[in-house]
Order: sequence, then structure tokens, then C-alpha cells
Amino acid sequence: MATIITVTSGKGGVGKTTTSASIASGLALRGYKTAVIDFDVGLRNLDLIMGCERRVVYDFVNVIQGDANLHQALIKDKHADNLFVLPASQTRDKDALTEEGVENVLKELAHQGFDYIVCDSPAGIEHGAIMALTFADQAIVVTNPEVSSVRDSDRILGILQSKSRRAIEGREPVKEHLLVTRYSPKRAAEGEMLTYTDIQELLRIPLLGVIPESEAVLHASNQGIPAIHQKGTPVADAYLDAIGRFLGEEHPLRFVDYEKPGLIKRLFGGK
Amino acid sequence: MSWLTLIFGEKKSTASVAKERLQLIIAHERACSSGPDFLPELQKDLVAVISKYFPVNPEDIKVGLEKQGNYEVLEVNIVLPDGR
Repeated sequence: MATIITVTSGKGGVGKTTTSASIASGLALRGYKTAVIDFDVGLRNLDLIMGCERRVVYDFVNVIQGDANLHQALIKDKHADNLFVLPASQTRDKDALTEEGVENVLKELAHQGFDYIVCDSPAGIEHGAIMALTFADQAIVVTNPEVSSVRDSDRILGILQSKSRRAIEGREPVKEHLLVTRYSPKRAAEGEMLTYTDIQELLRIPLLGVIPESEAVLHASNQGIPAIHQKGTPVADAYLDAIGRFLGEEHPLRFVDYEKPGLIKRLFGGK
Repeated sequence: MSWLTLIFGEKKSTASVAKERLQLIIAHERACSSGPDFLPELQKDLVAVISKYFPVNPEDIKVGLEKQGNYEVLEVNIVLPDGR
């Protein structure tokens, strides 16, 4: 049985694609056969973040419309075995994502023995975003510590609870996870930023992880290597922890506390 | 800073302002999006049933869902036509 994980947020620019790339890579690194699908038809970017943009021949819509088969469209990732990317179409209309077409592709992936299928949702609550969450078994809601992002996350949670197949068919609801990204422990400690506990209190879903704001994310996207591979950086470690928690392991939260620099540190510098 | 804040009063951190605003708006939006989905349908059905027995204007039937503490109260208000 393949598990379908939708990475969603409502708001744009909060780190959905970064998260999709890292979560999919992390699952593959753990040995699970994983596919990551870009649902952002017309504005594809997952290929760039994964560093496979020059190897795109066929895309998601080609497969839905029968112009190519899955085998031709799936791109094998360079950094992790067991990981395959299904890019979005750059030219087609987003209505090309029909519910039936999407369902068939997901079924075919499950049939091919994929353990996890990660759906990278576009921003907004339009057709593409709805298609990305319709078949979700689990959802990772990516939220920034900022008012508009939190409100949009709450909205998308409402949509998950009403429009997903699981909701419509009255099955066990989609399992929701909160992932707080671009978190600055210092600003949160100083009262300039919502804390991750504030966000969790507001959205009332279990916390999967807190990803700190970091330069490493831009370095990663510059190079087309998912952030989780930036070894030794807090971002990579935070994603690795999140993967562990997703798989049921216990990991204490890291990179969420801010220690005020002491006098000596302030006098003599150092980070 | 502590004696300064004693004199001038504590300034609220912007994050706590954000949290309060979000608490209000999220509670409001959740209340709006859950429930009333079926109310227009219910209203239509009620109009259909009642019209079988006497003429009634669709506007004379009001259906509302209200939250009172832990209870949700479904309120149906039917104004009977004059002359009855």
C-alpha cells in the first residue's frame, strides 16, 4: 500500500517545494521507494529544486493524457536511490489535471510498488491545490511564524477536512502534521515572532518539526540539491528529525531555543 | 529595563498581538465554515413542506445555527401569513 503525503500550506512562498524535496529525499534515504509529484501546472519548480530540470522530457499532464507512460516521465533522482520525480507541465492549462487522471497516476504508482507518494501542492485553494490534497492519506501543513501564513494554514486544514476523498467517503480522516518553517528562535524569544507553540495552539494539529530560517536553503536551491543533503546544517538536521518523527520515532526538538549571548561572548564576538 | 517598564508600563510584544488577532479571526472563520453548509438546503425543504399546507413566502422562514456555550442551537422561525 502506497501512502500519499500532500505538502500544502495555502499561502505561497512558505517552503512547500523545499519541504517536498527534502521530505521525499529523506524517505528515500531511509530506503522507501518514493515518488514526488509537482502539482503546480504552469509554474513548475520542483524540478529546479531537485536539480533535474534538464532531464525533463515528459511530465505529469503527458501521463494523464496518455502521451507518455509513467516509466518515461519519472526522473530518477541523482542524490538518493529509490527516489523519482514527476515534474509538472509548464505549458498546459491547469484544468488538464482531472480527478480521474490524477487518481489513475497515483494508482499506477502504488501498483509499481512505491511506498510513499509526495504531492507538492501549488499555493492557493484553486483546482491544482484541491487535486493535490484530494487523495491524501497524510498532510504536511507548512506554516511560517507569520499571521497570513497561519490563517491560510487553518483554511487549508478546513478544506482537507471537507474536500479530501477520505472526508467525502467518511473514512478515517487525513492525518495532519504541522511543519513550522523559517523559524527564528532569537526573534521568537524576543517577542517579535510567533513561537512554534503559539502556532500549534492556534492550528491544533500535531507538530512534525520546526525548520530554522537558514542561508543553507538558498544554497541548496542554488545548486539544485534538496536542503536535507546539506550535511551538518541545522536545516538538514531538522528535516532528518522530522522524517524520523514521521516514521514514528521520538526526537527532541532542536534549533528552537535561543540562548542570550553572555557578556564575554558579546565583547569578543563570535556567533 | 525592569524599573523602566514599571514606570512606563510594559509594551506588548508584537508576537502576542499577532497571536490574539489570529485567535479571534480563526475562531470566527471556523464558525463560519463549519455547519451552515446545509442550512440553505434545509430552508428550501422546509418551504416545500410547509407550502403543501398553506401558502408561505420563502423569506418568511428563517433558519439559523447559533452557538451557546457548548450547545449549538438550530433556530427555525416561521412567520404565518396574515388572516389565519
